[in-house]
Amino acid sequence: MTQSAEHVLDHFELFRGPEYQQMLANKKKMFENPRDPAEVERIREWAKTPEYREKNFAREALTVNPAKACQPLGAVFVAVGFEKTLPFVHGSQGCVAYYRSHLSRHFKEPSSCVSSSMTEDAAVFGGLNNMIDGLANAYNMYKPKMIAVSTTCMAEVIGDDLNAFIKTSKEKGSVPAEYDVPFAHTPAFVGSHVTGYDNAMKGILEHFWDGKAGTAPKLERVPNEKINFIGGFDGYTVGNIREVKHIFEEMGIEYTILGDNSNVFDTPTDGEFRMYDGGTTLEEAANAVHAKATISMQHYCTEKTLPLIKNHGQEVVSFHHPVGVTGTDAFVMALSRITGKEIPESIALERGRLVDAIADSSAHIHGKKFAIYGDPDLCLGLAAFLLELGAEPTHVLATNGNKDWAEKVQAVFDSSPFGKNCHVYPGKDLWHMRSLLFTEPVDFLIGNTYGKYLERDTGTPLIRIGFPIFDRHHKHRYPVWGYQGGLNVLVTILDKIFDEIDRNTNVPAKSDYSFDIIR
Amino acid sequence: MSVIEKQSVAEIKARNKELIAEVLKVYPEKTAKRRAKHLNVHENGKSDCGVKSNIKSIPGVMTIRGCAYAGSKGVVWGPIKDMIHISHGPVGCGQYSWAARRNYYIGTTGIDTFVTMQFTSDFQEKDIVFGGDKKLAKIMDEIQELFPLNNGITVQSECPIGLIGDDIEAVSKVKSKEYDGKTIVPVRCEGFRGVSQSLGHHIANDAIRDWVFDKLPADAAPRFEPSDYDVAIIGDYNIGGDAWSSRILLEEMGLRVIAQWSGDGSLAELEATPKAKLNVLHCYRSMNYISRHMEEKYNIPWCEYNFFGPSKIAESLRKIASYFDDKIKEGAERVIAKYQPLMDAVIAKYRPRLEGKTVMLFVGGLRPRHVIGAYEDLGMEVVGTGYEFGHNDDYQRTAQHYVKDGTLIYDDVTGYEFEKFVEKVQPDLVGSGIKEKYVFQKMGVPFRQMHSWDYSGPYHGYDGFAIFARDMDMAINSPVWKMAKAPWKQAPKPLLQAAE
Ligand code: SF4
Ligand code: SF4
Repeated sequence: MTQSAEHVLDHFELFRGPEYQQMLANKKKMFENPRDPAEVERIREWAKTPEYREKNFAREALTVNPAKACQPLGAVFVAVGFEKTLPFVHGSQGCVAYYRSHLSRHFKEPSSCVSSSMTEDAAVFGGLNNMIDGLANAYNMYKPKMIAVSTTCMAEVIGDDLNAFIKTSKEKGSVPAEYDVPFAHTPAFVGSHVTGYDNAMKGILEHFWDGKAGTAPKLERVPNEKINFIGGFDGYTVGNIREVKHIFEEMGIEYTILGDNSNVFDTPTDGEFRMYDGGTTLEEAANAVHAKATISMQHYCTEKTLPLIKNHGQEVVSFHHPVGVTGTDAFVMALSRITGKEIPESIALERGRLVDAIADSSAHIHGKKFAIYGDPDLCLGLAAFLLELGAEPTHVLATNGNKDWAEKVQAVFDSSPFGKNCHVYPGKDLWHMRSLLFTEPVDFLIGNTYGKYLERDTGTPLIRIGFPIFDRHHKHRYPVWGYQGGLNVLVTILDKIFDEIDRNTNVPAKSDYSFDIIR
Repeated sequence: MSVIEKQSVAEIKARNKELIAEVLKVYPEKTAKRRAKHLNVHENGKSDCGVKSNIKSIPGVMTIRGCAYAGSKGVVWGPIKDMIHISHGPVGCGQYSWAARRNYYIGTTGIDTFVTMQFTSDFQEKDIVFGGDKKLAKIMDEIQELFPLNNGITVQSECPIGLIGDDIEAVSKVKSKEYDGKTIVPVRCEGFRGVSQSLGHHIANDAIRDWVFDKLPADAAPRFEPSDYDVAIIGDYNIGGDAWSSRILLEEMGLRVIAQWSGDGSLAELEATPKAKLNVLHCYRSMNYISRHMEEKYNIPWCEYNFFGPSKIAESLRKIASYFDDKIKEGAERVIAKYQPLMDAVIAKYRPRLEGKTVMLFVGGLRPRHVIGAYEDLGMEVVGTGYEFGHNDDYQRTAQHYVKDGTLIYDDVTGYEFEKFVEKVQPDLVGSGIKEKYVFQKMGVPFRQMHSWDYSGPYHGYDGFAIFARDMDMAINSPVWKMAKAPWKQAPKPLLQAAE
């Protein structure tokens, strides 16, 4: 018996004991009808070959291990960024359980969201009654200031009309007539969670600016000097939004963060559960129409939102998740150009420190090859950063990236001599990536938690940057934007590189001559 | 925190009744009426817990429940390791449930086993408009080409499938024929069916009956020589290795486990199960259907058991042994005796630290009752419990065998109710899911996830109990909870607050 009260063995030790090993071997041999081990080995090796890669890339229907989620997740992410706003997803309830779990596993925070719990009868008769009851219940129980509605694919397939349903619900007294219920249709079979972000953000701005679904006068834009900022779907929202605020404040710019969920995903443990915390106030959301310009940090999260804003007369500027020196330069220079404010010395100093750090360490990154996958904007930002570090983003893959995105990535490659042998893969998944890593190996892989399966199978060390990160804690509290964020990304990459060098040089009397104390 | 100890049962009952009345005040009238039927205070001697269950969740209240797809793909089918389970529909459902349930298994992932992978048809608008059957057929071809060692395929339907009129049964039949009778199982577990995960369990059970059992050639020779001591473990999903720390005990007492349903299970094991002499059933809720079917059709008796905590384990080992001869009965006694010193040591170490602590639970369809004994072995008391998707037979079992007089019962609890109950009852520990975890930790209440074992486990069996005890101790006695209130803010009588 291996278990003991003194030293309690966890699963990873317990089952390695001889009793269990014997039991598992026996189970396999006797009852699992296992494949011949030689055959398993043969297929395992075959799956590493160029021939397999070709078949794998010829796939037309099957998706294996995609790096994207569905629209409503993005809509929920947006909703909680507004003051005391409850996300309400119209459709089946299971989806909502999934979004909440997904967000909680990443942020290690509560994630509040309700569903209209549609079932079979709603599939036949439509979900109007679910909306009527749902809004009334949510309003009474959770006392939100606003309820932001989106849809699961069930409601979309049966064609429920949110605008009409919300109107009827108000007539039936579910919520007061003047109560804010912005909405967005978020079909899961179109785009991904970044599309959902876009639709939900657009829905909320449209609601406040364009007459609240015909129940109020449209707002008349009276331009002021403020700047709106939209972060996009971002696993680092807690650290990033704070960093962005810091930059705005250093520059003396008046700003509105639209969809500021940096507090709700970072509440303290102090004896009180805050279902809502922080967020863009509804007044700010309405007044954002008067801003001078709106800046989107992630273009593909705001493809529909920005044109809406532009139509209201504002300048709109979008970035692709800028990471590092050049990207952040462009961001702060754009701020300066739009506002006429000078970039203060304090920011130049932060920049200098990041350049200093890169100069100190670039020898360890220079010429290294990386594979990157993630959301389209993140991939663009990281690829550009690697190039400025003298590294090669050899494979860049986004399951939710399209042709337009691929062209942009190619342009980034073309901008640097280090981009010469790099390739972009729009619409591919992590099983494609697996083939790439076997047939064209790289030194490091950058991706979210699911990348650990690629690390296990291909031996490519994983640097965890992206969403979701389930198996490392608190990364979301540190920014990846701004010069300080660039520093965090640099250090994250360096830590892995050094760990790998040490791991590869630590065999006594074999390789440990290189087990250097100074690197 | 245990205010409860000093109160009499009558006082507790009065307090709990008041509490229920209070939470109901928040609802609109119609909703309050409906929710009232799901909340109760248990009365000793009653045959059930006096709550309604397995009925639709109310829109907008923040139910904790999931859907039928979660019950089929997530619970029943997903862990079958040598089959490929297609999440059929848009990308979301499969993505959120990808590898999240910790169904441990041994195998070469991507080559001969596939549990921690996400296979999806990633429906696009055109698939919704024109139907997805052609795509599904092509997916099966691609699976055959790229994953040639798979032993079967299941189609796990997501919401749209049943709404757009796809015929996944026809596709499955055609492809099965094309691939020499390959096992291909269409499962109609669309998320809008039923009221929770529960119907998904049932549908998945039926799919095994119809597409695995009923396809077995009647005269197929078994792959192994049958014995008098063959049993199948039913309803253990091997979360953190639960089925393994259970299996070892059954084998040590002299039984032979010929199948695991479904944690670390394989198609061959499903197919062999009709040869078992006894089905031992852990999760009654999710697999009673197939157990009853095997009883009717193959005359296999089934026996519910509980491997949480030494008292219930010993009771269960004896109960299982009672279906067999003296050799097995002696085997059971031998196993109980063998582990007694370990159990004594675990209890000696942890009971003094946990004695008298109170727990509130809210889990799926089994653990809200099954873990109570394990807590009691540690001197702890469960003061409130409820099921996410239990039925009345679960509440009967709970009332008759598990809960104490005056226990607060809450079926399909809403976020609001749970928060209020915990705030007022002030238990020393809450055991529930990931969606609840951080809510209560923010309130300063120790918490353990009782679906995923908070990434620990196993909790089943004797080896698992040592881990269970250690985990409960580390949750409750962590120094962090003393720091939740800033010292300069310590009120004389701390009052936990929830969001208003
Ligand atoms: S894909 Fe559809 S059914 Fe699945 S989680 Fe997303 S909205 Fe829900
Ligand atoms: S043990 Fe609980 S969580 Fe597991 S399948 Fe049964 S009901 Fe679900």
